[in-house]
Amino acid sequence: MSNPAEPRIVAEITENPVMLYMKGNALMPQCGFSARVVAILNHMKVPFKTANVLEDPLLREGIKQYANWPTVPQLYVKGEFVGGCDIVTEMYQSGELETLLAEKEIAHG
Amino acid sequence: MAMIASDIEALIRDAFPDAKIAIEDLAGDGDHWSASVESAAFAGRSRVQQHQMVYAALKGRVGGELHALALQTSAPK
Repeated sequence: MSNPAEPRIVAEITENPVMLYMKGNALMPQCGFSARVVAILNHMKVPFKTANVLEDPLLREGIKQYANWPTVPQLYVKGEFVGGCDIVTEMYQSGELETLLAEKEIAHG
Repeated sequence: MAMIASDIEALIRDAFPDAKIAIEDLAGDGDHWSASVESAAFAGRSRVQQHQMVYAALKGRVGGELHALALQTSAPK
């Protein structure tokens, strides 16, 4: 199946070391799960870029197809899909997110 | 139509016959669920792969009919 959003997604996750697809934006998340991932990244002082799937139906469908993942938010680090809200939360709590960021040489606080 | 816990459990059970499954209705509204699934099928798989396996078992319902499913997966220790 063709995915018209794929070129955009590939460009964004390549250009932005930490890229979050979410509902709303970092200042005004429009979903509790998106808000939680934003809060974790802010808390870790990780610079990140976001894209709002609610503004673009093609992106909203396309990002699910791209990662074979049915829900938003979706976090990408250095082009690689890390997970949704549950996985990011688990990795934060266990310290694995910190390790991943260090391994991928993402500067954070 | 919201799903009920036994529907969710049955779909997961079909795909992971050995699994220990716990389903919880988080908000009491039949719309926000949490599921923890422990199965030997997850051994050696990444978290993303484990969750993808559960989503596949739920046959496209997650994100649609099943609005919110907080998921925790693990292999038996």
